[in-house]
Amino acid sequence: MPSRRIIPCLDVKDGRIVKGVRFRDHRDAGDIIDQALRYRNEGADELVFYDIGASPEGRSLDLEWVGRIARIIDIPFTVAGGIRNRDSAAACLDAGADKISINSPALERPELIGEIARDFGSQCVVIGIDSMAVEGGHAVKQYTGSPDAARDSGRTTLDWAREAAARGAGEIVLNCMLRDGVRQGYDINHVREVAEAVDIPVIASGGAGALEHFRDVFLLSSASGALAASVFHDRLIAIPDLKEFLAKCGIEMRL
Amino acid sequence: MSVALVDLGCGNLGSVAMALERFGETPLVTSNPEQIAAADRVVLPGVGAAGYAMDRIDALGLAGTLKSLRQPVLGICLGMQLLFEASEEGETACLGIIPGRVRRLESSKGRPVPHMGWSRLKVSDPNIGLREGDYVYFAHSFACDFGPATRASAEYGRDIPAIISLQNFSGAQFHPERSGEAGARFLQAWLSA
Repeated sequence: MPSRRIIPCLDVKDGRIVKGVRFRDHRDAGDIIDQALRYRNEGADELVFYDIGASPEGRSLDLEWVGRIARIIDIPFTVAGGIRNRDSAAACLDAGADKISINSPALERPELIGEIARDFGSQCVVIGIDSMAVEGGHAVKQYTGSPDAARDSGRTTLDWAREAAARGAGEIVLNCMLRDGVRQGYDINHVREVAEAVDIPVIASGGAGALEHFRDVFLLSSASGALAASVFHDRLIAIPDLKEFLAKCGIEMRL
Repeated sequence: MSVALVDLGCGNLGSVAMALERFGETPLVTSNPEQIAAADRVVLPGVGAAGYAMDRIDALGLAGTLKSLRQPVLGICLGMQLLFEASEEGETACLGIIPGRVRRLESSKGRPVPHMGWSRLKVSDPNIGLREGDYVYFAHSFACDFGPATRASAEYGRDIPAIISLQNFSGAQFHPERSGEAGARFLQAWLSA
């Protein structure tokens, strides 16, 4: 297995980095290029940029900042937000993004996954799944970028993860919604069951609050990476300290 | 020095072009055979599927040009795979410059496919700018056969070539443009070789 990945997620709104709690109440968290460089220099393995305004506003994500990031960054990065068709995915890749992440549009029209994978390869197609614990399992939520529009997709998380992989997705980012921003730890059982259900990489997202949370999700599930936002933005956890701690716990890290 | 970046029209030239620009090069993005043949260095990037890329090479009439190049040529990711004889991906005949085939990676527990992320290198050639134990970024579902051309490798179920070299042709299975300082060392060494 390659080293486990530490992935800061940066929410972008109007060209600035923002962070909300449980997908609401966004506040400013800095300049996009400053933050990208900071995380690259601290040893982040990959970055995710999510244009949180794109989907609710019915537009594709802003290519201007994608190009600026591609020019200065020498680690992989994924972009997300409002990518609704093959051509908007192509535009992001042409602007220099390594991967594109799709969420609600893939739920609306699952064929989209295969269309992008066929032309550009599975390795650039990430499916974001907003997963909510419900009685008897987990359900996929749709349109979570806007609290008013959020609704059930009518799918279970396990079924959707399997379908996305079968259609050509190359990676899944599993956002455990009830954990997002509350720093109580990843939903390890859920990450494990999704990672075991598919044979593509699964990235855990939602709930990181302490070094031990990263350790536990890596030791107790086969997650390929762990994504976090607020603990990094608020400097509660420094990435060099985190990676050194995880390496000492026997988890392979790129140091 | 002139660097031609071969444009097959299958996307993602941007990140390779920008990496070359970070070294002060101004790559010429082109699918013109004369411009490619005249360049001091040629980079064959590529994302996507082998069949589509080879169809583009045939449609552009580039196969003969690419095979006859005498200057340093670097294939990146799919671009490296295209240098081999054939790929299991769509049962595609490739350029046949490097002996061997390209085969699908088998997934297993804890080893998902695509192989996506930073893997450690074993390095057998001291002149490629890479060091034993360097981590570089991979994102691929197919891998070339291990063979005499292999200069560095990574373990993923089997030993997969990370860098290959035969005469003036080199290939990187990983993405040097997205492999931080180690990737920069490799690109710098290739540009100055």
